[in-house]
Amino acid sequence: MDGFIHQIISGIASGGIYASVALALVMIYQATHHVNFAQGEMAMFSTYIALTLIQAGLPYWAAFCITVPVSFVIGALIQRVVMEPLSKAPVLASVGVFIGLLLTFNSVAGWIFTYTLKPFPTPFGEGKPLFGGFVSRHELGSTAITLVVLLSIWAFFRFTKLGLAMRAAAFNPVSSRLVGVPVARMLALGWGLAAGIGAIAGMMVAPVIFLDPNMMAGVLLYAFAGALLGGITNPLGAVIGGFIVGIIENLGGAYVVGTELKLTTALFIIVVVLTVKPAGLFGKTLVSRV
Amino acid sequence: MMKRRSLLATAGAALAASRIPAAHAATLVGVTDTEIKIGHTIPYSGPASAYGVIGQGHTAFFKRVNDKGGIAGRKINLISLDDGYAPPKTVEQVRRLVEQDQVAFLFNTLGTPNNTAIQKYVNSKKVPHLFLSTGADKWGDPEHFPWTIGWQPSYRTEAQIYAKYIMKNRPGAKVAVLYQNDDFGKDYITGFKDGFGKDYAKYVVKEFSFEVTDATIDSQAVSMQATGADVILTAATPKFAAQMIRKVSDMDWKPLHFLTNVSSSVGAVITPAGPERAVGIITSAYGKDPTDPTWANDAGMNEWRAFMKEYIPTGDLTDGGYVFSYGVCTTLMQMLKQCGTDFSRENVMKQATSLKDLYIPTLLPGITVSTSPTNFHPIRQMQLQKWTGKTWELFGEIIEGTGA
Amino acid sequence: MQFFTSRAFPWLFLAAAVVLPLLFASDYRLFQLTMVVVYSIAVLGLNLLTGYNGQVSLGNGAFYAIGAYTTAILMDKLGLPYWATLPFSAVICAGVGFLIGLPALRLGGMYLALTTFALAVATPQLLKYKAFENYTGGVQGVVLDKPDAPFGLPLSQDQWLYLFCLAVGALLFALAMNLVRGRIGRAMRAIRDQPLAAEAMGIDIAMFKTRTFALSAMFTGVAGSLGAITIQFVAPDAFGVPLSLTFFVGMVVGGGASIGGAVMGALFIQFIPNIADEISKAAPGAVYGLLLIAFMFLLPGGLASLIRILSGKKRTA
Repeated sequence: MDGFIHQIISGIASGGIYASVALALVMIYQATHHVNFAQGEMAMFSTYIALTLIQAGLPYWAAFCITVPVSFVIGALIQRVVMEPLSKAPVLASVGVFIGLLLTFNSVAGWIFTYTLKPFPTPFGEGKPLFGGFVSRHELGSTAITLVVLLSIWAFFRFTKLGLAMRAAAFNPVSSRLVGVPVARMLALGWGLAAGIGAIAGMMVAPVIFLDPNMMAGVLLYAFAGALLGGITNPLGAVIGGFIVGIIENLGGAYVVGTELKLTTALFIIVVVLTVKPAGLFGKTLVSRV
Repeated sequence: MMKRRSLLATAGAALAASRIPAAHAATLVGVTDTEIKIGHTIPYSGPASAYGVIGQGHTAFFKRVNDKGGIAGRKINLISLDDGYAPPKTVEQVRRLVEQDQVAFLFNTLGTPNNTAIQKYVNSKKVPHLFLSTGADKWGDPEHFPWTIGWQPSYRTEAQIYAKYIMKNRPGAKVAVLYQNDDFGKDYITGFKDGFGKDYAKYVVKEFSFEVTDATIDSQAVSMQATGADVILTAATPKFAAQMIRKVSDMDWKPLHFLTNVSSSVGAVITPAGPERAVGIITSAYGKDPTDPTWANDAGMNEWRAFMKEYIPTGDLTDGGYVFSYGVCTTLMQMLKQCGTDFSRENVMKQATSLKDLYIPTLLPGITVSTSPTNFHPIRQMQLQKWTGKTWELFGEIIEGTGA
Repeated sequence: MQFFTSRAFPWLFLAAAVVLPLLFASDYRLFQLTMVVVYSIAVLGLNLLTGYNGQVSLGNGAFYAIGAYTTAILMDKLGLPYWATLPFSAVICAGVGFLIGLPALRLGGMYLALTTFALAVATPQLLKYKAFENYTGGVQGVVLDKPDAPFGLPLSQDQWLYLFCLAVGALLFALAMNLVRGRIGRAMRAIRDQPLAAEAMGIDIAMFKTRTFALSAMFTGVAGSLGAITIQFVAPDAFGVPLSLTFFVGMVVGGGASIGGAVMGALFIQFIPNIADEISKAAPGAVYGLLLIAFMFLLPGGLASLIRILSGKKRTA
């Protein structure tokens, strides 16, 4: 029984990683109705920027506060320079660009920062881990940060005019333009915010799994799965989805099929759930009208 | 003239390889009076691009050789190509090297699946396939593949060494294994099975796998602790090894922990995980770790550092890939020296398999490179070492692997 | 420029593809061209599913893997000749594709992308699984022999294999062309563009979608079989996410919903990585990525759209 509880605690801890990246995916989806496959690599790159600042002698939170806006600018710039000219192109062209961005960020990071594994500091103290050693202080702290980000996103979309305009721009660009929403600017803003949230996710993930250019390769799929499982239109759902994926993954590997098929089983369960509830556990079902 | 003759010779060799038994012994390809052309593949792109530094090391090394006048009056022309770690691409690039670029031989092609994909082809073409960058055990098989020879000690041998140590010093121990679910990780299971023999089931209580695409190995670590094991082996690449060291320490678990040589780098594993958490970990080594303070003033490593300073000034001095490159290139140079002026493929292979107690500056004191027509495992010695909190401390004797 | 879209063009192209390489290409170049044929079949398979039918698949590498392993196991364990393995691999892959197509019916858009992406991620793990190790060779994979030319034909192994793959490819391309030009093709596109209208017109969407999945899997699986014969080796880690993304890139670069685009996409994924490697050893991945982005910029509709632009023909696909 002890082992079971430990697996769940441990699953929640890795679920926190997926949840934080899932939030960035929700952001980009809400803002553009696309899922950017390069989101994870952009987050990894932002984390390297933060590490460079910290190594240059800046205190952690100062580096944090610089990295997030810098990432925002990079994200918005990519939208303006790369995505905007393709706004009328077929969707497949955008996916092609996402793959191109993924390869480019990964390769450039390896080139500039090398592939050597790097430790990334935690702002929550290195002290003794809690709950019998199964949750570190960092994991607890980063979960708190994820919740803060979650609340901000929720409030942003729920209560601000900007949030509403952004959702409208993504949902129906033509009508939004007619009612005076600056659609292009909204999209750039969405990319920027997603990149900023991604940067936070990267800085929260890196102390746990260590920083290297391939850091996000394994995380992105689970984050994507978590976001869809919870409902990609619902930030709270995506976070819960991330945690659920972490727990399913751990329990499946430990008790159901053994570690060799852990990944396959977790994905299988997620797909089965999605076939039963296609909009995700907490997503709104969209009714299509003719 | 030279070129046409070599072309004819290759055509002849290709014909001989496919149909008629070889009529004559000397095949001279890729060698002129001024140049020796050699080929190499490595992932500069793709999921394993971390190894790309080895290729950069090689390129710089041969630049230095050429700056100093080359070998036997000839410059070395290394053609290093990217295969993205994908076996189909390796086959393509190696065919380019052999058929189009007409290289004298292949040197240090990287990756177990990649070399498996080309092994049959290069042996049928009778192209020397030298000093591969992979720790699989199968490269020392002169009977079936007389043109292929490895370099580093095999993972399997290493696992045998750990098994023997456990049986001798911790009889009756309960062992749990964490392994990466690929050819590298599974070789350690095979080696353990060799080493423990019929007692395998008695010692090893459970094996746990993980995928390189996993985010963490926390779940496996929790399960491992639950087995009640008091000895563990982590057969993982640096990222997961570092995670494992930290997790074991976080859980206040104190098993005897074996780490593979692949992930024993101080800079890439121990420092990120936390040096104090790793105290007592045992691993084995054959080369010197550039980040271990023990070798801060070592003559051999200073030779490497001087090379780095001059030829790869921007290179990361904590990256073991450069040290590996230096060691394997030094081996190649010795072999070429032994060739005298006869760089035919037959003689190259003959010299590659008659290296005697060769000193390599980047290998541990006492460990040398030796080959013979029946021994295609150039490095088969290792020494155990223990992490003290500050450095790896060698202990025990130099152990000769069986080479399986 | 009407030439490219004329009825005679495919035949002329095929004739040139047979004759020119045999006359002028070295064995090494022939090997590369064989891989182009293999990849173009795989890209075509993906294009039928994603380009024509609008079902996004990021996991077609899994079908390629199943085809490759079917051939490898039949050749290695049962001693079947290489050519005899193709029907098996076509049938098995079509079956698997059909099964995967079933949940896909309920999962549109991104959900399907996730499902297929998950399939790509899980493939190497499944191929390595202990229970199948006796057949699959586990992590070590299977090494195969290269076929000689039959009937004493005076052709090198590479020449023969090129012609063999080309013949299989021509057959599959002809099949695809006939399908997409006819009633089935119109239904596939109608489902992609106007699913509700299609349904109202009496098109059985579920049947078309699952069968398109099966068809796509069959094409990709046969490509995998030919790839295994050409490379003479299969191993689990060669069939992961990068392979599926490569096919996707091939489709996007060639142009969605285009038969000829598949060949051009295949040329891109075969040769552009080599060019990237020539340009930079430090970061070839970045060069490739940037080339891909630049390409999407210049020709968002893929290379096939270039021909449409040049020939002044309106897009009808």
